[in-house]
Amino acid sequence: MSTLVLSPGPAPSLEDDVITRIQIDRSCRQTVLGYYASAVFWLLFGTAAALISSIKLHHPEFLGSWEWVTFGRIRSVHLNTVVYGWSSMVGIGSLLWLQARLCKVRLPHRIVLPSTVMIWNFAVIWGVYELLAGNSTGVEWLEFPTRVLTFFGYVLLVLFWTSLTMFSRRRVRHTYVSQWYLFGSVVWFPILYVAAVLLPATGLVSGAAWATTNWWYAHNVLGLYITPMGLAAAYYLIPKVTGQPIHSYHLSLLGFWANALFYSWIGTHHLVGGPLPAWIITVGIVGSIMMFVPVITVAINHHMTMVGRFHLLRTSPTLRFTVFGAMCYTAVSFQGSFEALRSVSQVAHFTHYTVAHAHLGMYAFYTMIMFGAMYYVIPRLTRNEWSSPRLIKVHFWTCALGIGLYFVALSWAGWYQGLMMNDPGVPFMKVVEYTKPYLVARSLAGTMMTTGHVAFAILIFRILHSSSVPLVGPTLFTTMRGEMR
Amino acid sequence: MNRSWSFLIGVLATILFSMAGLVLVPNWQFQELQPVVDDNEVAHPVKPEGSTYLGRQVYISEGCIYCHSQQVRSSDFGADIARNWGTRRSVARDYIYDQPHLMGTMRTGPDLANIGARQPSREWHYLHLFNPQITSEGSVMPPFRFLFKKVEVESVSGAERRSKWIQIPAKYTGAGKPMYLLPTQRASDLVDYLLSLDHSYDLPEAHQ
Repeated sequence: MSTLVLSPGPAPSLEDDVITRIQIDRSCRQTVLGYYASAVFWLLFGTAAALISSIKLHHPEFLGSWEWVTFGRIRSVHLNTVVYGWSSMVGIGSLLWLQARLCKVRLPHRIVLPSTVMIWNFAVIWGVYELLAGNSTGVEWLEFPTRVLTFFGYVLLVLFWTSLTMFSRRRVRHTYVSQWYLFGSVVWFPILYVAAVLLPATGLVSGAAWATTNWWYAHNVLGLYITPMGLAAAYYLIPKVTGQPIHSYHLSLLGFWANALFYSWIGTHHLVGGPLPAWIITVGIVGSIMMFVPVITVAINHHMTMVGRFHLLRTSPTLRFTVFGAMCYTAVSFQGSFEALRSVSQVAHFTHYTVAHAHLGMYAFYTMIMFGAMYYVIPRLTRNEWSSPRLIKVHFWTCALGIGLYFVALSWAGWYQGLMMNDPGVPFMKVVEYTKPYLVARSLAGTMMTTGHVAFAILIFRILHSSSVPLVGPTLFTTMRGEMR
Repeated sequence: MNRSWSFLIGVLATILFSMAGLVLVPNWQFQELQPVVDDNEVAHPVKPEGSTYLGRQVYISEGCIYCHSQQVRSSDFGADIARNWGTRRSVARDYIYDQPHLMGTMRTGPDLANIGARQPSREWHYLHLFNPQITSEGSVMPPFRFLFKKVEVESVSGAERRSKWIQIPAKYTGAGKPMYLLPTQRASDLVDYLLSLDHSYDLPEAHQ
């Protein structure tokens, strides 16, 4: 078994341990950096599509004559590139590295895995082309043509196989909580994706049941694919950077299974008030409320691990991004549970409020944690350091303030949009006029986040080139004594 | 190794359990839904065919779904019916021919489940699609100019030509000669589809 890192035996010395880690990192280098670099490309691409969509919503004449970028197309290009380009690729990269480190084995299948980077990119490029050309399937979150399934499906199969290989060769008896979440993602997502694409495509599911299938898929992408990868990274990074073990093993066990059990049922809260039998909607609402259980357990676990160590947020870029994301996980989940209630949904559904909520989840929670993960992992893979703490600061503050402005502006606009729409005395065009200033604010917030992403891309570009700062000590915002570097 | 197996079984069980509940059972429940036949022996809902089907594809292609829903909520839930977006709530039977469903999740623009009944003018739809500001000033809907040919002429002759061409109001043409719109096939199909959107037929379960 060539992938075994150490010969079996008594506890390894500290030096052996360091060598083991370096060997694991080296084995991950090509594949994980491939996924990360692609992810950053799709982040920039998806952000550009987002900004164009956002401007079009208050200035509809912007690029208005060009069919390929009409709002309805460029908006789905945004969604699909940030979900399948950015979020998936940064998630898969982190997942492979975390599993290798947690199992203490070198990354296996090193001929097949780098090729999956190309295949996944090809699938996203193809999908984006079809969307721009107007060949969307018309199913939200599954707009890419059905045949893309073959490529995503193949890569997901390889990932499952890789995870099994690493797990079966693991050199650590204990299975850490991050590994459960990662393994969950690897098993759940292929099943979700294949079922949601194939059942309707073969005609087995149709009509109104297509809508329940659609939202069973679209919300589970978040709960059983994106969220587990985000939480796995947070569960790993917070104890690593603070040097403090996770607060409670039992809480993390409860959190994992409660998430698996309840999250999988909540998708139909997207159809509250819709043309479906009451039981289908009620199941979605009950699941949403039950989500308080896993969310509170995760929140307690992360918070208690951080207690007494919040001063490290001033120092460590990884920790600052990760803790910001972990806090937003609690916030977005609480909000989501309330949003599912019939009384809240009556106002918030069909409005920008939902859009704000979605970005609190996908961006403030998941994306920020993934930024934190990349700040931690990439120096270990490249043996280079981040070139500029100032650029990292620009990245953090433009993104944090940008998503903050985004969330406040759109939540406010959306809530009043909903109240006004539910008052038949208010003409529809009045509602449209009311939201316009907030939509401009959203474009402003988007511009801030774009600035942050460009700063991040510059950092990534520099660290991937050997001319960068060699690895001596970590790049921190301030040193531990509070001196500016 | 036992614990690994129970873990894997647990992970599989949760997802398959929810798939049964939210995908298979609803599909089984809706499978028996049949169209209703009204007094004039017309079956409802009407299956989109021919130009209506093609128009539906244009609706999907241009992403209309991202701003327009196609579902009417009941009178005690929101103001859909008070806003005249429908005469009754939508029910699962309205969607038996929808492949894929276009229920939508956003109302940047109004609901379109009954747009054919609410706005039956072909000309209105052409002008609105060409430049939403002509019919709905202040709208944030994108213009779909690329679905039209614009013709500048001194005068239009011939009855047939006149019926196909739509004059753009002088305010939106700039100075000079009158301008006419010639809808492409896709614009014509799309409007056929929009005009077909009409759930005003009665279904017993919508009153329960």
